[in-house]
Amino acid sequence: MESTIQFNSGAPAVQMIDITKTFGTVVANNKVSLEIRRGEILSLLGENGSGKTTLMNMLSGIYYPDSGTIMVDGRPVSIRSPKDAFDLRIGMIHQHFKLVDVLTAAENIILGLNEKFVLDLKNVRKTVEEICGRYGFTVDPNKKVYNMSVSEKQTLEIVKVLYRGADILILDEPTAVLTPQETQKLFAVMRNMKEDGKSIVIITHKLHEVMEISDRVAVLRKGEYIGDIATKDTDPQQLTDMMVGRAVSLNIDRPDPVNPVRRLTVTGLTVIDDDGVKKLHNVSFAAMGGEILGVAGISGSGQKELLEAIAGLRIIESGDITYYEPHTGKAVSLLGMNPRDIKRLGVRLAFVPEDRLGMGLVGSMDLADNMMLKSYKKGRLPLTERKSPKQLAEKVVQDLEVVTPSISTPVRKLSGGNVQKVLVGREVEGDPTLLLSAYAVRGLDINTSYTIYRLMTEQKQRGAAVVYVGEDLDVLLELADRILVLCSGQVSGIVDARTTTKEEVGLLMTHLGAMQTEPADDKEVEA
Amino acid sequence: MSNIRKSLVREPIIHISRRTDIPRWHGWLIRCGGVLAGLLLSGLIIFLFFKVNPISAYGSMINGVFGEKWAGKTFYDGFAYSFAWIRDTMILLLIAVGLAPAFKMRFWNIGAEGQILVGAIAAAACMIFLGARVPSGLLLVIMAVAAVAAGAVWGLLPALAKSFWKTNETLFTLMMNYIALLLMEFFVAKWEDPPGSNSISIINRVDKTGWIPPVIEGETFGTSFLVITVLVLIFTTLMYVYLKHSKQGYEIAVVGESENTARYSGISVKKVVVRSMTLSSAICGLAGFFIVAGRDHTISDTTAGGRGFTAIIVAWLAKFNPFVMILIAAFLTFMDYGAKNIATRFNVPNDFSQIITGILLFCILGCEFFINYSVKLDFGRKGGKE
Repeated sequence: MESTIQFNSGAPAVQMIDITKTFGTVVANNKVSLEIRRGEILSLLGENGSGKTTLMNMLSGIYYPDSGTIMVDGRPVSIRSPKDAFDLRIGMIHQHFKLVDVLTAAENIILGLNEKFVLDLKNVRKTVEEICGRYGFTVDPNKKVYNMSVSEKQTLEIVKVLYRGADILILDEPTAVLTPQETQKLFAVMRNMKEDGKSIVIITHKLHEVMEISDRVAVLRKGEYIGDIATKDTDPQQLTDMMVGRAVSLNIDRPDPVNPVRRLTVTGLTVIDDDGVKKLHNVSFAAMGGEILGVAGISGSGQKELLEAIAGLRIIESGDITYYEPHTGKAVSLLGMNPRDIKRLGVRLAFVPEDRLGMGLVGSMDLADNMMLKSYKKGRLPLTERKSPKQLAEKVVQDLEVVTPSISTPVRKLSGGNVQKVLVGREVEGDPTLLLSAYAVRGLDINTSYTIYRLMTEQKQRGAAVVYVGEDLDVLLELADRILVLCSGQVSGIVDARTTTKEEVGLLMTHLGAMQTEPADDKEVEA
Repeated sequence: MSNIRKSLVREPIIHISRRTDIPRWHGWLIRCGGVLAGLLLSGLIIFLFFKVNPISAYGSMINGVFGEKWAGKTFYDGFAYSFAWIRDTMILLLIAVGLAPAFKMRFWNIGAEGQILVGAIAAAACMIFLGARVPSGLLLVIMAVAAVAAGAVWGLLPALAKSFWKTNETLFTLMMNYIALLLMEFFVAKWEDPPGSNSISIINRVDKTGWIPPVIEGETFGTSFLVITVLVLIFTTLMYVYLKHSKQGYEIAVVGESENTARYSGISVKKVVVRSMTLSSAICGLAGFFIVAGRDHTISDTTAGGRGFTAIIVAWLAKFNPFVMILIAAFLTFMDYGAKNIATRFNVPNDFSQIITGILLFCILGCEFFINYSVKLDFGRKGGKE
């Protein structure tokens, strides 16, 4: 197999020339030209919606370009399916893994290869072990996918691609689901693969990762190719400016909490989901008015359930949730209440859920109708009153610079950032005393993210207790006052955000109460 | 993997992509094209299999609705023939209007057929047992109330089961249709008249108690469309306001879009599901009353006659807008009448009218694909070559 590779010396591994791809009226890529060289790690950088994934999907056979040329090893090719891509030794590791849960690692690896009628799993295992040995992976070929952690699944995806003989690997936001330690492991493996002559494209919007791992950076903005630059010749500020198109300040303002008062205490909270899985176990903490409490954890560690339990959307197995009224300090138990009861109590609770269009907003309704989602019952008439929600919508659009044709546009048609502005705008509008937010900046561009950070800080200064569940540790460390770290449904630690380090938080994320007990048992993979 | 060089410059021929924004008139243009294609296709079949000139066949369609002697008469006379068509349009419209709140809530009520049947049974029972005792006007009110109650119960059961045990409403409402049909057969056998016929002849044939009376000149007891039309149009308007401007309508829309959003905003999903589904089925039950009191004056296993299913198409094509439903109900009823007339007039098998309606519906529904997706054929494109 190896022998058929003809190194057309001089030609880059892949050349994409004047690639255009449109979806309806949306131009995802406009005459983009990109070169992938042999034995390099190329970062493809751009904000959400800038067309990075679309461009790479055309290389991996998911989409077909409307126009333009793709050359592999200096020859024009047509990639119509993922199989064509594999034949050209191009493999992509998608953000959402494409594995079959009930099969083992080895079975997933040969899935779809159709090499023989009888599965020769023994040989597969041997090859897998060989690949693992070469690059420093650990994959257990007999482990079922449903027993794997996110990072194991990702490793399996990479091995799968390598097994199919890929020389050009595309990784779509691979670190989004990893802890800092796992990210380091992945980077070590990537460096090994580079040494071996593979070309690697990493799609990301995290600048510090770009600086750390890549040799070269190519930047896309709004479907246009902005340019490329050697990593050693650039810095995060310049890359941000290329990515956004103008200078952006990367500092988050964090005023000291003024006179924090106890607003919410959670004691011994245990939550079991519909499938009988224990999602939260004996969680206790306090949130203060005038402070941002950051919540960190690997995704799926119970963050979502924690906020939903407080907001009255989850059945609580045991424990207590107590709210303290701002002025009187009177304690009210929120246990066993649904959102209506909580509102009736006069608790001004705002909740920005993770699933914006599936929980926070109604996608098919326009901005004005979404504004009255929590207040439509006002008034005695059986008919709804539409004037004040309209005014509110106008106000939110103006205050937060929401880009929308009008307030009667269905929110589904807005871009992710604008959807989030509408949601946060509505929630903040009621002057909340307790603000819960889950992954408030996920998928947002840098500018909108900073708008959201500013809004959170404003609420904190107003005296609200802000609970901010976040993914990006760098941001959490800069934005929050204290950080609560969850590890598989339990509180692993509560740390001062001003003094802690990323490593400390990362360790708490993976090892319950790591501070008291043994430190990491992770072995670093060395190149 | 040895065929690495096999990836030549090959091009896909058919591109299918989702349309994001399509002007509304464009959509209607495609739908009209679908109707046209349906007419051409069924015209071809008429010609090939029955050797009937399609143009005269379609001409007879119009006659089927407005009457054979329509040509040459005054407009009003022609109009008089169309009373039956208007009446049936209104009945179909009412069922579609009834389905709207359930469907808007994404509660797939395909049990309208059964809800109509139980409504009809309840109405007929009142006619049979109270016909001699209460005056016609009062009887009509009692019949309507009974039909509404019967329909409501038929919808309440699946709604409760869905709310409390998360059963699948599609299957549940479908099964309820069969129960209603068996009940119908039972009551037809029980109340059969004349004895031994295993059917019920026209109820209260002589004194016509419990029949919706004719109001204007030209109407007969068989085609008394005016009362039905006025009432159904009032319902249609009310439903429009209810769905669009009431708090309950807002709740329906939120629940339909996402139950999580509904819970998040403090809406009791169970309450909304039960309330809206009961409303939906009650209206379908009322349609059963209209069929008995204003149309058939009897009951049989064909009382609902598939209207409960046709109304689903009406509601969907109208995107649950009650006013658009008027047009679509009128069109489908028109086609039904017309196709039946072709069958009679040209002496072709009766099933033939169903073939024509089937082809038309297929083309109309097929249009939705072309409205949602654009298909491009590409033969000679050269992209990818040097």
